[in-house]
Amino acid sequence: MDNILSVLVFFPAVAGLLGFVIDKESARAYGITVATIEFLLSLWLWFSFDMSDAGMQFVESIPLIPNIGISYYMGVDGISLFILIMTTLMTLIGMASMSVTKNIKNMIVTLLFLEMTMVGVFVALDAIIFYLFWELSLVPMLYIIGAWGGPLRVYASIKFFLYTFTGSLIMLVGMLFIAYTYYSVTGIWSFALTDWYMLVFPKSMQLWLFAAFFIGFAIKVPMFPFHTWIPYAHGQAPTIGSVILAAVLLKMGTYGFVRFSLPMFPDASVMAIAPIAVISIIMVIYTAMIAYAQKDMKQVIAYSSVSHMGIIMLGIFAMNAEGISGSVFQMLSHGIVSGALFMLVGVIYDRRHTKLLSEFGGLASVMPKYAVIFGIMLMAAVGLPLTMGFPGEFLVLLGFYKVSPIMTILAGTSIILGAVYMLRVMKKAFFGPVTNKENLKLKDLNSRETWSLIPLVAIVIWLGIYPKPVLEPIDNSVKAMLHFMDEKAITQEAKDIIKLSKSTKEAK
Amino acid sequence: MLTPINVSLESLNLITLAPMLIAIAGGLVILVLDLINKKLDKSLYVMLTVLILFIDLGSVLGLTVNERGFFDVMLIDGISIISQLMLIVASMIFIPLALTSKRFHEYSYPEFFALFLFMVAGFQFMVASDNLILIFVGIETASLALYTLIALHNRVNSYEAAVKYFTMGALAAAFFAMGSAVVYALTGSIELYKVAEVLAVRMNETGLMIAIFGSSVLLLVAFAFKLSLFPFHTWAPDVYEGASAPLAGYMSVVPKVAAFVVSIRIFGMYIDLGVEWVRIVILAMSVLTMTLANIMALVQNDVKRMLAYSSISHAGFIMAALALNTTDGNTAIFLYYALFMFTNLGAFAMLWISRHKKRRFNARYDHPYEKFAGLINIMPMGAVVMALFMLSLAGVPPFSVFWGKIYVMQAAVNSGYVWLAIIMGLNSAIAAYYYLKLIVYMFLKDPVKDVDTVYYNISKPLMAIIGLATIATVTAIFYIQPLISYLHDMISMSGY
Repeated sequence: MDNILSVLVFFPAVAGLLGFVIDKESARAYGITVATIEFLLSLWLWFSFDMSDAGMQFVESIPLIPNIGISYYMGVDGISLFILIMTTLMTLIGMASMSVTKNIKNMIVTLLFLEMTMVGVFVALDAIIFYLFWELSLVPMLYIIGAWGGPLRVYASIKFFLYTFTGSLIMLVGMLFIAYTYYSVTGIWSFALTDWYMLVFPKSMQLWLFAAFFIGFAIKVPMFPFHTWIPYAHGQAPTIGSVILAAVLLKMGTYGFVRFSLPMFPDASVMAIAPIAVISIIMVIYTAMIAYAQKDMKQVIAYSSVSHMGIIMLGIFAMNAEGISGSVFQMLSHGIVSGALFMLVGVIYDRRHTKLLSEFGGLASVMPKYAVIFGIMLMAAVGLPLTMGFPGEFLVLLGFYKVSPIMTILAGTSIILGAVYMLRVMKKAFFGPVTNKENLKLKDLNSRETWSLIPLVAIVIWLGIYPKPVLEPIDNSVKAMLHFMDEKAITQEAKDIIKLSKSTKEAK
Repeated sequence: MLTPINVSLESLNLITLAPMLIAIAGGLVILVLDLINKKLDKSLYVMLTVLILFIDLGSVLGLTVNERGFFDVMLIDGISIISQLMLIVASMIFIPLALTSKRFHEYSYPEFFALFLFMVAGFQFMVASDNLILIFVGIETASLALYTLIALHNRVNSYEAAVKYFTMGALAAAFFAMGSAVVYALTGSIELYKVAEVLAVRMNETGLMIAIFGSSVLLLVAFAFKLSLFPFHTWAPDVYEGASAPLAGYMSVVPKVAAFVVSIRIFGMYIDLGVEWVRIVILAMSVLTMTLANIMALVQNDVKRMLAYSSISHAGFIMAALALNTTDGNTAIFLYYALFMFTNLGAFAMLWISRHKKRRFNARYDHPYEKFAGLINIMPMGAVVMALFMLSLAGVPPFSVFWGKIYVMQAAVNSGYVWLAIIMGLNSAIAAYYYLKLIVYMFLKDPVKDVDTVYYNISKPLMAIIGLATIATVTAIFYIQPLISYLHDMISMSGY
């Protein structure tokens, strides 16, 4: 099936449209079935994926608006493949574990549309198609936060929408500028990324364009000064909203850096290493400290999630194979782990309708299964070896060590800080005596919750012990990209930094 | 003794006049019908008007590009054909909105439909000529008919709107007349192509620049009124509010398309001549218009006023494309309006179906935001459709206006105005807030009043029109390509 990507993108959308007809009582089963099929399709994609090929596969290209160079152009490589599978997996698990009962049909339909946009972002190779899915993903999320969220939901959802929308419009101007440059060089209009890769910009222009794309992506990640929307979004969103937001939507930003900024502007990216590393480290440490001070369990997870996004950013701007592969792997692990943690917080919220840490204590004796899974996920979030969090974090730090040992040490403290606040959550919520009488009656995980969490636990441990099947294709594509960047870079400085990584790789 | 003038009928090329004559004849037929039989229902007039417009459309499609006719005052070039097509299509969408389930004052008069056709003919004259006098006649015919149509709505604020619009329109007409007079004084001609020739020769004469400058100021002011550009936009929200919702939607598209065509002819000429000053003023006006109108729209309590300010802001957005004076820029103007037309008329039609005889929700406004609170529970399809229109207006892809937006922005980037594209982007972000506000009310809030009252005015024809607008909005991605190539070909053929 050569057009499997189109099927992957539009299957959920068609299912969403048809979903309007499904009876309310059956909507949930419908949604889970559709998400399962979608997940199986994405697995099929994985099995038919040629692991040794570092380039784009399953490419589809249909001219859509040839006059201005827009085409329906899709493809997948090692970098996007696993993010795509993670997307379909988290949508499925999120939907299966969902406890929402109000307007369930609307929720299912919205989630299916959201899935379309998310898959679309990761397979689009035409800038306008990418932008289209990128913007469109805001609408279902706005509705999810706004309709099922907490008391401040409207404020949170609008803030989320406007923040991202503003950033991406600046990015759009950047895209239009590149398209025009491409036109003035070649005489052909094109928004295809693979065409754009061929452009070599002068250094100053690279910096400006890098800045335009940076604003769009950094708001989505969210990078440090632009992160203020995320506590609201997470704080007010329903569990499913937080799961998808943390697991997939934030990855769009980091994926954008890997897909657009690095290969198109290698020199600007190298110049941006220092400032971005500083921002990332501020982000890592500062949000870790905020996380420590939170009273609300969900906010702890939310800030820790931002903190870990800092590690991912650091890895991307290490500019070497270890760093970037590690950070793509970390995107996957962050998606699964933080998604699972939000689901776990949702579990306790459903039972007690509070997320305040002070309300809990000694839960381990009342809800042993819950405590065990929570513990595993916490350890994975902290980056304990043999969990999925470890390889990514390790590779990122290894990669960045070659760029700057001091910054790496600073970032390494985040693991300690992470351990501090995470263990604090563990201690306060699960250990010690049961202080609150209400907690005594709490039921342990029911079968729905257990069975949606067990696969995640299995993946976390599997990829923690043996990350190779995932890491290898990622590494292939990343190395190809770095090789390409090295050839394309115009300044010696950039060539040095990118080369450095290659020579060390060969020395091993 | 005067020698008789010999004019052969072929040289008149009367076919260039056919579209306008069809509309005028149609208007007369309606008046005659009313004379014969007083009891005819409005539905007959509506359908008759649609049919006449249909013939009109056919006759426009049959015109050959780049012809002159009728003593060379008629100019049938690419932009006059595409703008006439747009005027007629918008009118054909607009007029069936009269078929509401409730009775409204204006539609009980057949004169409404006759006036409407005269107005269409006026706009057609306006775009199909480069003779300043004929343009003036076109403007005035259309405007006078339009003032009356507004006043026929028979409400206190529609009289206010009509008088306000009339006063401002008269002022604009005066400016236009004075500007044309200065142009005539400078060049001895009122035909724009001759004016351009003469001015090109005389550009370097000392002391003449001030007069050229003066003529451009006067004409610019006249069209700033017509296009509701800052600082001449203040009439627009009140007029839109006073007019019936469909007419307000119509006013945000059709008169502006016509005025843009004339602006392209006049100011394009000035910019071509190298009067850089005109470009700067147009750019400044457009930036101010889109920004200030957006900020004003943020604080409106009434959806119709919000849409009025949003239309002003969109006009400012497009005005920027005019300043570029490139084929891409001019294509952008038409593309934008062709897409905006469906979405905006659809949005105003959605207001129309929720129109009540009395103000049930607010003493001051017809369509306060509260009215739409919880619409998703009352009328799910209506809420979804309205949300689509709002997202489209906000420029969310893949809905129609987004493609117009990126085309305008691309045109700006192509001409080296990256800063302009960034301002456009930021303005779209500001605008997103007030469109979202309505979506939030519809989807995320609970209804304030009894359930049955919102979709008060709905009827099958209205639903059909809204359905058409929705399809045009959602499926834009599939017809953009032929639309762009058609517009681009027509515009480059006529040399703009």
